[in-house]
Amino acid sequence: MFEDLRDLYQEVILDHGRRPRHGSRLAAFDATARGDNPLCGDRIALWLKYAEGGAIERVGFEAKGCAISIASADLMAETVAGISDEEARQLAAALQALAKTGDAPIVPEPLAERLERLLPLAGVHEFPSRVKCATLPWHALLAALTGRENATSE
Amino acid sequence: MSVGVSVRPFDVARVRADFPILAQKIYGRDLVFLDSAASAQKPRAVIAAMTEAMERQYANVHRGIYWLSERATEAYENARDAAARLLKAYDRSEIVFTRNSTEAINLVAHSYGRGVLRPGQAVVISEMEHHANIVPWQMLRDAHGIDLRVAPITDSGEIDLVSLARLLEDGRVGLVALTHMSNVLGTCTPARRLAALAHAHGAKLLLDGSQAIVHRIVDVQEIDCDFYVFTGHKLYGPTGIGVLWARHELLEQMPPFLGGGDMISSVSFARSEWAAVPHKFEAGTPPIVEAIGLATAIAYVEALGYEAIAAHETTLVDHALSRLSSIPGLRIFGHAQDRGGVVSFALEGAHSHDIATLLDRQGIAVRAGHHCAEPLMQRLGVESTARASFGLYTTKDEIDALAEGIDRVREFFA
Repeated sequence: MFEDLRDLYQEVILDHGRRPRHGSRLAAFDATARGDNPLCGDRIALWLKYAEGGAIERVGFEAKGCAISIASADLMAETVAGISDEEARQLAAALQALAKTGDAPIVPEPLAERLERLLPLAGVHEFPSRVKCATLPWHALLAALTGRENATSE
Repeated sequence: MSVGVSVRPFDVARVRADFPILAQKIYGRDLVFLDSAASAQKPRAVIAAMTEAMERQYANVHRGIYWLSERATEAYENARDAAARLLKAYDRSEIVFTRNSTEAINLVAHSYGRGVLRPGQAVVISEMEHHANIVPWQMLRDAHGIDLRVAPITDSGEIDLVSLARLLEDGRVGLVALTHMSNVLGTCTPARRLAALAHAHGAKLLLDGSQAIVHRIVDVQEIDCDFYVFTGHKLYGPTGIGVLWARHELLEQMPPFLGGGDMISSVSFARSEWAAVPHKFEAGTPPIVEAIGLATAIAYVEALGYEAIAAHETTLVDHALSRLSSIPGLRIFGHAQDRGGVVSFALEGAHSHDIATLLDRQGIAVRAGHHCAEPLMQRLGVESTARASFGLYTTKDEIDALAEGIDRVREFFA
């Protein structure tokens, strides 16, 4: 019955949606931001910690939302660890394009492998009302990177 | 001689045949439309009346000295009669057409709020209001020094009358603005008791009838309220038309809301004189075709009969509550004694958006989210719920389809 929904709810999504690995607040952090989708009530708060060299070391989050938004947040935390702010911005832009069009844009080599891990989120492009679920955590990440405290996926 | 109340048999199959959209397939499946509380589908009669109006008798109203304009004016004013009849208004001049319920409440907040209420007075709303009955009062509070008080609800989702009475005690409350039926919990509020309570403390009562008008007879004289608002599109009519009913003397007291053509009796650069009630509140070209559509929708509902509609919907709600409450992990919000055709629920392990997407793929349309009632979501301790809402055309089979659909959602996320 839900064959056509397997694109949206791939195993990776269901798994990360159910059991996020990074779904907790960081005790020590360098930046934080919240994201809200006022239309549906999804919310996320995230905390970000840098390593000595300036790369992102860890991201932790607390979120209330659907399987897609939780999975997207968790995959985000996984894929931005170890890269610079600028690379994280590029990855966020790539994810937003992926969610809207279903196609992965070309990204510089070091990010290609990370973007590949985000491909399970491509399925949302066929569900216009759900695209914002996937992009909300990334809006919050961008807000944290620029020192803003709030983001919205509106 | 005994007079029996005759309830016409309700033939849901015949009703469904009146709604062209219901014949559609969604993803190759029969459409199961369970989102009427957001906006209801339209019967062919409404669609035809609006088409006919534009094809045969369309012109602007209240100004043309020619046949077409006179016909359009007559049809538009007939719609006012239909709304007055529906609400049992004291007089047709008490019906003001607006765009929707939201605009009607804003009109009252603006004109009655700023024009009649005095700074230092208070307005009371409840924890289960739609944003449309919260935000206009916050704007009034901030602009005009009005105190805004919130009456709590009980755990079963009913207005806590004892607390409400306490909020009224100091005599500073000028207006109580409450829903007549919650769009989330389905709770029907005790309108007559609320009116008596408000009046006993010198306050007026506004009822937001956006949901209630779809499900039950509303008699503003019997309720003894002071303002009543509803919107056309939830009552099987078109979008873009709503109704504000208010007692004539209140409308007389209230300054205009919007200025422009049609709401004046004379204009010079020095000053303008306002037109008589209700035209004082209908600036600019009104929603003419929409009013004609609304009049047809009202006639359609009246022909089916509210008793029959209510009996049909009670059967549906009972069936839905019994089917859904037997689903493991499913929690229903709102257990009011008196309730209409709206059932909100949450499912363990599946967010409301995921539920809605999975149901959609089975052809079942439900609403998911906060339902424009964020403070109520906070009261319930959730971010969102899924909501199934019923209309004239809803069948028991559709509720079975919903229950089976939810079972599949559970399996999917298990």
